[in-house]
Amino acid sequence: MTLNRASVVLALLLLAAVPLSLLAGRVWIDPWTTPNAAVVLMELRLPRAVLAVVIGAGLGAAGAAMQGYLRNPLADPGLFGIAPGAALGAVLAIFLGLTGPWFLPLFALAGAASAMALLALIAGRSGGIALFTLAGMMLASLTGALTSLLISFAPNAFAVAEIVTWLMGALTDRSWPDVWLAAPLTLAGIVCFAMAGRGLDALTLGEAAARSLGMEPARLQAWLIAGVGLAIGSGVAVAGVVSFVGLVVPHLVRPLTDRRPSSLLLPSALAGALLVLVADCLCRILPLVTELRLGIALSLLGAPFFLVLLLRMRRGLV
Amino acid sequence: MLAAQDITVTRGGHPALHGVTAALRPGMVTAICGPNGAGKSTLLATLAGLLKPQGGTVALDGAPLAALPPRARARAIGFLPQAGEVAWDMAVAQLVALGRLPHGDAQGAGRARIDAALAAMALEPLAARPVSRLSGGERARVLLARVLAGDPRWILADEPLAALDLAHQIALLARLREAARDGAGVVLVVHDLALAMNHADRVLVLDRGRLAADGPAGEALAEEVIARVWGVDVRWLGEPGARALVTG
Repeated sequence: MTLNRASVVLALLLLAAVPLSLLAGRVWIDPWTTPNAAVVLMELRLPRAVLAVVIGAGLGAAGAAMQGYLRNPLADPGLFGIAPGAALGAVLAIFLGLTGPWFLPLFALAGAASAMALLALIAGRSGGIALFTLAGMMLASLTGALTSLLISFAPNAFAVAEIVTWLMGALTDRSWPDVWLAAPLTLAGIVCFAMAGRGLDALTLGEAAARSLGMEPARLQAWLIAGVGLAIGSGVAVAGVVSFVGLVVPHLVRPLTDRRPSSLLLPSALAGALLVLVADCLCRILPLVTELRLGIALSLLGAPFFLVLLLRMRRGLV
Repeated sequence: MLAAQDITVTRGGHPALHGVTAALRPGMVTAICGPNGAGKSTLLATLAGLLKPQGGTVALDGAPLAALPPRARARAIGFLPQAGEVAWDMAVAQLVALGRLPHGDAQGAGRARIDAALAAMALEPLAARPVSRLSGGERARVLLARVLAGDPRWILADEPLAALDLAHQIALLARLREAARDGAGVVLVVHDLALAMNHADRVLVLDRGRLAADGPAGEALAEEVIARVWGVDVRWLGEPGARALVTG
């Protein structure tokens, strides 16, 4: 991971956006006049902003790493079964009616870990990329089906509503314990991606050339599975499923870098953090009856972007 | 010395090489020739340490290649695959710098090697150009420069001349010859028998996974060998070093 101009600019933008985001919301806060401003800022808005930064950073870096690994600008970390695995774990916790504050995130982490283990077991030994992709898609499909099964067998309408709402992804009412859970795991995940950087750069030249440059396929795959598991699994555990960030952010950032996958990791993490932070602010500000869910907002933003991207690809501009 | 000792390789359940033995020497250009499906690319990939033979061993200076750490092997053997894939549209200089990955010094001490490789392939004017805006010949030069930047003792290239026009073929061969003169071992898979005849010091001829001939180009590509292996009656015309192949 290298520090380039894009990273510096994005870091400065993020530094400016965090304090601004603290003031924004259904109720705008003036730190000097709003009653209980300190409590609201420290206990509600700051943990939420930090969590947005953490989750966005994990998603952005994971997207950059997976696109580098698959040498495909359309790869999204959600495709590989780990995010759906984490979601299945969380849904299982709701389905079983486990209401303690730690059950849901722990079940989600267990789901992510199981998906990681399965992915490593099926695809890990050979280190082949095609097998890895197919195994991941199979896992994503299986965990998706199991999640639907749990919804259809849910004991009551409240559980269904809770599961569906949770799956939409949100940062509403999150607090410091969520940050303490997600931040170290996401950071560890990003470190895993950084360890994979050299191998990802080599893969630019295709699998054979990459191996001739000393890239070890099984080791690279292990770093990536661990990285996605930690960064995405912990994100899903605390915020539900947030899609499109991992797909869109590396695209936005790539033209600002020298296009080596390793030099894309840090700016993607920063841009992901910025995007989720801004999207979460929009969710809070928009004058709707209930707060817009973050996952929906990002998908609404992401889908048209994706369409534009496809059209540009069709014209050979990407 | 890069030596294959009695190697047998199976690919997709089918035998691709049977008991091939060949000791390649540095400082010369060795061509691997043979009809389609003879196992040329398989032999090259096995010599590069990218395929593990089911039988026999490949040794680099007496030490088994399989026992070398991947980065040490990568520093010693540069490999240019046939498919010149480049996934991301990076600048020429960035791409050539990937050749320093096994050394981990693209930003530091390796800078001089990268510049030298760019200069050797006459790529300085294109250094900042994105790869997508290169012609086929320029792209081939860039990919070879990537291998040269790693400063390997062995350069193994799978049909590096296939898609090139005559001028680019001559330029690339001249650069590979120079590398051999500087002491590197150059091993090329070559389809064009006249190119192999005129430019290789030694030729290995493969036929259905077995070594059919091995020696100086004039012997290994003799008319009777070509008739036996390729099943085509040919005659060599011209002087050594400027031979042309005619059929019938």
